[in-house]
Parts: sequence; structure tokens; C-alpha cells
Amino acid sequence: MRGLWQLTWLELKIFLREPMGALGTVMMPALAFFGASLAGNSIAPARFGSSEFARVGLPVLAATLMAISAVLSLVTIIAVYREGGILKRLRATPLRPVTIVTAHVLVKLLLTAVTLVVLAVLGRRAATPPPGASLVSFAVALLFSTAAILSLGFLLASVVRTARFAQPFGALVLYPMLALSGVFVPVDSLPRALQAVAQVLPLTHAVALLQGAWTGVAWSAQLVHVGALVVFAAASAVVASRVFRWE
Amino acid sequence: MQGLRKAYGAHVAVADASFEVHEGEIFGLVGPNGAGKTTTLECIEGVRQADGGSVAVLDLDPARDVYALQPRIGVQLQQAHLQKRITVREAAHLWAALYARPAADADHLLTQLGLAEKRDAWFMTLSGGQQQRLFIALALVNDPEVVFFDELTTGLDPQARRTIWDLVRGVRARGKTVFLTTHLMEEAERLCDRVAVMDRGRVVDVDTPARLVARHCPDRTVVLATPDAAARALFEGIPGVTRVDGREGRYTIDGRREDLTTAVIQCVAAHGLHVTDFQTVSPTLEDVFLALTGHSIRD
Repeated sequence: MRGLWQLTWLELKIFLREPMGALGTVMMPALAFFGASLAGNSIAPARFGSSEFARVGLPVLAATLMAISAVLSLVTIIAVYREGGILKRLRATPLRPVTIVTAHVLVKLLLTAVTLVVLAVLGRRAATPPPGASLVSFAVALLFSTAAILSLGFLLASVVRTARFAQPFGALVLYPMLALSGVFVPVDSLPRALQAVAQVLPLTHAVALLQGAWTGVAWSAQLVHVGALVVFAAASAVVASRVFRWE
Repeated sequence: MQGLRKAYGAHVAVADASFEVHEGEIFGLVGPNGAGKTTTLECIEGVRQADGGSVAVLDLDPARDVYALQPRIGVQLQQAHLQKRITVREAAHLWAALYARPAADADHLLTQLGLAEKRDAWFMTLSGGQQQRLFIALALVNDPEVVFFDELTTGLDPQARRTIWDLVRGVRARGKTVFLTTHLMEEAERLCDRVAVMDRGRVVDVDTPARLVARHCPDRTVVLATPDAAARALFEGIPGVTRVDGREGRYTIDGRREDLTTAVIQCVAAHGLHVTDFQTVSPTLEDVFLALTGHSIRD
């Protein structure tokens, strides 16, 4: 992992030099959340069930979308680096694929943390965690979930050939997972077969972890989700570093 | 390297390539585009796995010991790029951080390569020549024993090309071995101590440019102008002359002897011919390539 810190710091600087990229990554989820929470509040009393969504679902959905946007951005950057011959040049150095991707993962996690702070400030009134839960615990759950899903991004990034294809390919893999992840419909209420599918998807465990953190469930009761995410992350990272394409 | 072979699916990129590179020389792998030069180079660097044959670099097998080899070699790759918004200095320092034993001073290296003024410029704003100079700096940052350059001057204007040649000679002067590929015969002839000529996946001959020319193109040509009507018969009488072509007092004399020029001068002097113009035409590596492969390198 030699060079990891230098590369991480450098990639962060390079990322921030592209003003639109930085602004879009940090501000867009925050603004979307802010808008949605305002709308959620105003319709909440009128419709049955929507207040529950505003209370638990919305913060979790916002958090999940942040994780997904981080993954899509990771996949795209690696694909651009591959297409542009940057990976090819890095290959002839002692850098390993896992170091290169880890540097980008750290940058994404840092930006996710920044977005989270912006969100917390903007959404203070719209979504307050219930008693017993804390924003800190939710933040930890989000960073953990993002890191786990980013390893799926590493896997996608390892094989996507062109930058143009990276974004839709990533979206095609990640967004359908949302439907089964329990954000909109509880996993228990899905048909049995789909429940089984949902159980092996990382997003399901990420959403469960986030929901638990938001509603004040103790970490000791969440170990199954933490464990599932760790196993998934480790497995993807191993496969990804084996199938990693440099060009 | 002995009997290297590499195929991509049904396409055989390298069929049979063998040569030896000596310490401290500039060795050139020359041939037209598509001859298999880059594939050969990348097998030597450990970036690619060969299908057959054996390669040893600094007594290491690049396929097996690539991680042991990487710190000891420097590499510039064809069609490689850096992050658009990385600065020259950041790149040099990142590279220095990747190696356990970096060169004395990355900033000094940039100054030597004429990049001092550009050190805070983004990669995307550099000219082609500046980008190549940065890649040379990155290839030297770990103080390597062998440096590999792949088509280092392709796409550069003649001025920038000459600057790069001087820099490559400077690398040799530091006692490093340089291995480069080029499709420019002029570059190989001026820069390389020895060259391997490659065509259609095969290395067809290896030697110094001068010996390759002497071996494959023994013919010499002298062109001279004289109003003397008896000249043609005199030239045809020189031993070793194979052909005299001439009209309106301008003669092209072909001969199969290395000292053809001396022989022609002696003939001119002995007969007191009045000569108004005198040129020698020496064969080049391009002629060697034609003689070896039966087709021009530009085809």
C-alpha cells in the first residue's frame, strides 16, 4: 500500500480542481434532500403512511443515494483513467490496483462525510433523529455502508471498458437493488423468492443498518448487517483485484 | 531474450524475437508500426505475459519477478497519460513516493529536463514535448538501472525531437542502459549504439547501425559532374564499379566496395578531370530495412 496517502491526498486535490464535480457531489444530494424533506413535511399529515416515510425512509433514502452516487462516481473515474491511459502508466509503477482504488474510496468517503455534515445542517429541522438515536451513529453507519458498496464499485470499475459505458452500467446494477433493499417496501413484505435475493444484496444490509441507526437500534443488534457488509466487501475486493483491467 | 512469442487471439504480434542488450548502451528496437515492438517491450517490462520464449532483465524473469524488477527499471509507455489536473511537480513527487529508493531529488530532475518553469502547470496544459519530458523524468525518478522508452518522439516536431535525443544521451551518460523502440530509422541511426530490426513479429538482425549498413548494403554511390567526354569510360574501368549512369556531364557511379569514394577520387586525380560537383550517397538503415525485408518501412 506504499503511496496510498500521497495518492489519496493528490486525488482529493485533483477532484476539487474540477469545480463542477466537487459542487455536484457535495451539494446536489444535500439540495435534493432539503427539497424532498420540505415536500415530505407538507404532505405528511394529509396521507396515511407518508409521515413514516418522512421520518425514517427519507433520511435513509438520502443516505443510500449518497452511497450510490459515490459508487457511480468511483466507477466512472476508474473507467476514465483506464480509457485515458492513466491506469496503464500507473501499472508500470509499484502501485497495486487495490491501492489506486482505495485512494479513490477514501476520497469518496471523505466527500460523503462532508455531504453528511451539510445535510445535517440543512435538514436539522426537517428530519431529527428520534430519541435514543444519534447523528453520529447514523454517520458511522453511512460511512460503513458506503465503504461496503464501494467495494462493489471496485468490482464494476475493474471490468468496465469505456468511460461512456461506466455510468449507465453502474446505474443498471445499483438502482434495481434499491427496489428490493427495503427503502420503499419492507423486505418482510416481499414475496419469499425476492426476499432471498434481497438478503444477498449489499444494499439491503446497508439500508437495514441505516434504518437501525436512525431509529436508535443498538449496534449489538445490527451485527448481522455489519457482518454481511464486511463479507461482501472483502469478497468483492478479492475478486476485483483479480479481474482488474489496466487497459 | 530468446525466442519471444506473443499472440492476441489469432493475431500473432511477436513470432520470434531474440536479442541481447549490453549494459550502458542505447539499444533500439526498430521497425514499422505493427511490427511487434511495443508488445516485445511490454513483455520485457513485465506489463504483459509472453506466450513463449525466455526473457531475463537484470537476471530477473519479468513475468515472475515483476515486483522485484519494477524498482530497478524506469518506464515510459506509448499512449500513456496522467490525470488532467495533476501538476508536474505533484506527479514527480508521487512517483518518488512510490519507490523505496527514489532518486536524489525530484525537483532537481525536473530542472535538468527543462521543466522547472512548468512545475506548477497542470498536465493537460503541457505541450507534447513537455509531456514526454515529464514522462522521462518519471522514468528516472527511482534511479533505475535500465530505462525503457516506447516511441518517445512520435508526434513531436524536429526541434523537440532533437532536445529529447540529447536527453536520452544524457541518460546513457549517467551510466544507465537505455532500451527504446522507434519507427524512425533516422532516430535509430543517430541515437542508438545498437539496433534490432523487427518486422512482422520477427527480429531479422541485430548490430550497430554502421555494421548493419556494411553487411546488408555494401553498395556505395558517388555522384559527380564533369564536362569531360572521356569520363564515363574511365569510371567504368574502376575495379568494383557495377554501373555508371550519366547524361549531360552528370554521372552516378555505383560500386560494391567500401572505398569507392577513394577509388573515384584517385581516378579523377590520375586523369586530371575537371570536376564541378562531387557527392557521396551512403545507404541508411532504411535501405537496410528494405534489403532485409523486401519492403520499405513506409509501406
